[in-house]
Amino acid sequence: MSGVLNVAETARTVRSRKCSARQAVQSAINAIRDREGRLKTFISVSPDAALKRADEIDAAIAHGRDPGPLAGVPVALKDNICNRHAATTCASNILRDFVPPYDAHVVERLTAAGAIILAKTNMDEFAMGSSTENSGFFKTRNPWNENCVPGGSSGGSTAAVAARMIPAAFGSDTGGSIRQPAALCGVTGLKPTYGRVSRYGLVAFGSSLDQIGPITVDARDAALLLAVIAGRDPRDSTSVAEPVPDYVAALDKPIHGLKIGIAAEYFGQGLDPQVETAVRAALDLFRARGAEVREITLPHMKYAVACYYVVATAEASSNLARYDGVHYGHRTPVPSDLIDLYARSRHEGFGAEVKRRIMLGTYVLSSGYYDAYYLKALKVRTLIRRDFERAFESVDVIASPVTPTTAFPIGEKSDDPLAMYLADIYTISANLAGVPAISIPCGFDAKRLPIGLQLTGPWFREDRILNLAHQFQSATDHHTHRPPLAAA
Amino acid sequence: MGHKASDIEARLIVGFETHVQLATNTKLFCGCAVAFGETPNSRMCPVCLGLPGALPVMNRRAFDFAVLTGLALGCKISVHTKWDRKSYYYPDLPKNYQISQYDLPLAHDGAFEIPSEGGSKRVGIIRAHLEEDAGKNLHDQGDYSLVDLNRAGTPLLEIVTRPEINSPDEAYVYCTELQRLVTYLGVSHGVMQKGQMRFEPNINVEITAGGQTFRTPISEVKNLNSFRSVRGAVEFEFRRQVQDWLADHDYQFKKRPNENRGWDDERGVTVFQREKEAAHDYRYFPDPDLVPVEVDTAWLNGVRESLPELPLARRMRFELQYGVTADDAATLVADRETADCFESAAERAGAPQTTAKQFLNVWSRFANDRGVSVGRLAVSAERMGELAAMVDQRVVSATAANQIAERMMSSSDEPRQLAESMGLVTVADEGQLDSWVAGVFAGNEKAVKDAIANPKKTQAAVGFLRGQVMKASGGKADPRLAGDKIEARLAAMRAG
Repeated sequence: MSGVLNVAETARTVRSRKCSARQAVQSAINAIRDREGRLKTFISVSPDAALKRADEIDAAIAHGRDPGPLAGVPVALKDNICNRHAATTCASNILRDFVPPYDAHVVERLTAAGAIILAKTNMDEFAMGSSTENSGFFKTRNPWNENCVPGGSSGGSTAAVAARMIPAAFGSDTGGSIRQPAALCGVTGLKPTYGRVSRYGLVAFGSSLDQIGPITVDARDAALLLAVIAGRDPRDSTSVAEPVPDYVAALDKPIHGLKIGIAAEYFGQGLDPQVETAVRAALDLFRARGAEVREITLPHMKYAVACYYVVATAEASSNLARYDGVHYGHRTPVPSDLIDLYARSRHEGFGAEVKRRIMLGTYVLSSGYYDAYYLKALKVRTLIRRDFERAFESVDVIASPVTPTTAFPIGEKSDDPLAMYLADIYTISANLAGVPAISIPCGFDAKRLPIGLQLTGPWFREDRILNLAHQFQSATDHHTHRPPLAAA
Repeated sequence: MGHKASDIEARLIVGFETHVQLATNTKLFCGCAVAFGETPNSRMCPVCLGLPGALPVMNRRAFDFAVLTGLALGCKISVHTKWDRKSYYYPDLPKNYQISQYDLPLAHDGAFEIPSEGGSKRVGIIRAHLEEDAGKNLHDQGDYSLVDLNRAGTPLLEIVTRPEINSPDEAYVYCTELQRLVTYLGVSHGVMQKGQMRFEPNINVEITAGGQTFRTPISEVKNLNSFRSVRGAVEFEFRRQVQDWLADHDYQFKKRPNENRGWDDERGVTVFQREKEAAHDYRYFPDPDLVPVEVDTAWLNGVRESLPELPLARRMRFELQYGVTADDAATLVADRETADCFESAAERAGAPQTTAKQFLNVWSRFANDRGVSVGRLAVSAERMGELAAMVDQRVVSATAANQIAERMMSSSDEPRQLAESMGLVTVADEGQLDSWVAGVFAGNEKAVKDAIANPKKTQAAVGFLRGQVMKASGGKADPRLAGDKIEARLAAMRAG
């Protein structure tokens, strides 16, 4: 067998006792053993704890107890999602040995549903980056071409799923960190509405933008996982008490009559023609199935990247202030005084991109600059949000490319932060507006690198974008293609 | 130019920033118990420890307390308020930012009325806002320091006044009245020894000399936690600033930097700590982890209606309604339980002045001995009222009532039963009274002679003799009847 089954299949076989949870976990462990050396997607793997948990689930099944909808499904967490049994490093030296004394909300929900946390995935340090090259530990490779980046910042999670080492992984998306690497790795990645999933236990980068979401092989698996992790959590004041619909049931609704918007802003300069061709082919498919494609406009999208790099860095500069060498995490060995303790611990602990963003964020919040940068960015953010409100008055979903290009070679943009920032040009506005968006495979370029299609929905309408994604995947096979090392 | 101290006029200007610890069970943004004196770092969780991924959740009760206090201070309550992060690095601040309120405090623009010479004075309140306390650094460890985060996250209400306090006494009164208010409202225990109220006066002086007016730089005295130190610090600063100006006329606001100073309690002086550099940049911005608070108008009206009669108003009413002095009214309204207890007792007795006397002379003494308020004594207001009624109706004498009161502290018997079992019911029997009076006259011949010889001394002598009769009767004699008998006997002797 070549790697793991997907989420739905794993849960079905375990629940129906065709396969034990132990076997499901073991097959992931085997796949990781065979493939991880080439891709380097994981920061830590906990096979013993996972097998122990699998045995508990098998025992529960043997005793006739309901093991939960995700029984025996091994999952991986991006290493900025806290769980008690492993270090949560954020791929940063400053948290290299940090083991949280608590589980994130999503970890509690997943565990209660029978899923098994097997590993923690590599990422750009503190989720700051679009290539996973900013990891403080090592670079992850794209399973489709090992000389290319997997995207980022959740690149470890998307590469692991693409290589079929794990049925599903969780990422966090602040400006595209789930969707962009999902597109570059040819998997399905969902960023839920801001407030849909509790952030409790997600190490904050940009608190008003961050959302946890599933990375899977297809939209059905994403629906299964979202159903488990969505909902109000009293520990996160920004999580919303909106009812959680039946995402799986919504998958099969016909899309006839659905109004799909396309905005010229997503098809401008810098877009690789091969990406555009694949996205437009997807639109043709939707039309053929009875959907209506309409032109819309998102006039303020051109300010999204600038706005984002003010808001996100401002929040980050404050969120990362706590890593100071005093209470936990890396502390410089021989500080001369308190200021030196702070300065050296942070200097030694943080990588270049994190420092760059802390400085930028500190600057935009400083007295005399606040109004010109931070306050103005908040106003622009409101305008971007209004763009989406207006757009969703006339369409049900907005379709676009996820990224302007397919995966780029390792090292190509790592010395050019601005070029790197533009990798998120199509994903950032969904975070600024708080709307849900999904990235699904919609083809390959000439180099056989995957291309992603982004479907963006109105607030709390994950059901609608999952429905459309599933209908697309029912009619196409892009998502079933496997990279060479995971070929069946 | 030169000015002698005698040529100038100096006016003290003081404004206060006060941190009041709210009496919630748990911290402002997590479920940890608010504790004092516990084992260091035993009252912490991922939230107040600032662990990665932990998120704050507002303590609703703290907000309610803050709103109640804001209303009592006559403030406007913001319909829309929010939380901001105040950034600075310090080891006792685990996140390296404090969650506070910056530009939209929950309460603003009020006035606090405090008693003042011959009436009251309104001290303007600029704002009141909620924020979390920091932990504590312990520096006396040798070549390292320790951090105790038990206090981190404790809810504080910061109350900022206008600079409208003009004497050390006013400063003292402002602080004591504020303590009275917050304990009266039940929003804070107000225990100074536990740092539950911390005062920071901002002090400067307006000096008029040679037809010109000068203002000295503002000094902020940090973290005063006793009323005495507030008065001492304000007095000291008043003198120091005038002297510094006399020594150097450029010692002026904006020409010289404002200062932070500390209070040295042993020497009774303030000590320079640091210059206030051009406003430290705290990089305030809205905390994205917390949602803004929208205050419901109907709810706010409910809170406003639930606001009790405030201490100063109640004292003034006591003076008018019960005919007690201002000082006595202040004692009776020392705290809400005592004031409530007094009013119930007085109503029961139907005799407020007798009740007041007993509160001030008897019950407050027992309360002081036990370190509690009168309202917390183990004697119900009803029984206190009953005892007062007995004195008023001359069932027992005031002297006897003291003994009964003492017994009431440990007995649940009715005061009347106690009076009977202790043999303290007033004797109005003519024969018995005559015999006590005769005995006292016989034993105090000099006083009797004086009273007859010198009419000016009569009244004093009657008082003395009555006291002797009370003593002889073991407090049982009806004092008024005894007085009547003494006067009648003296008159008869004079006539005879």
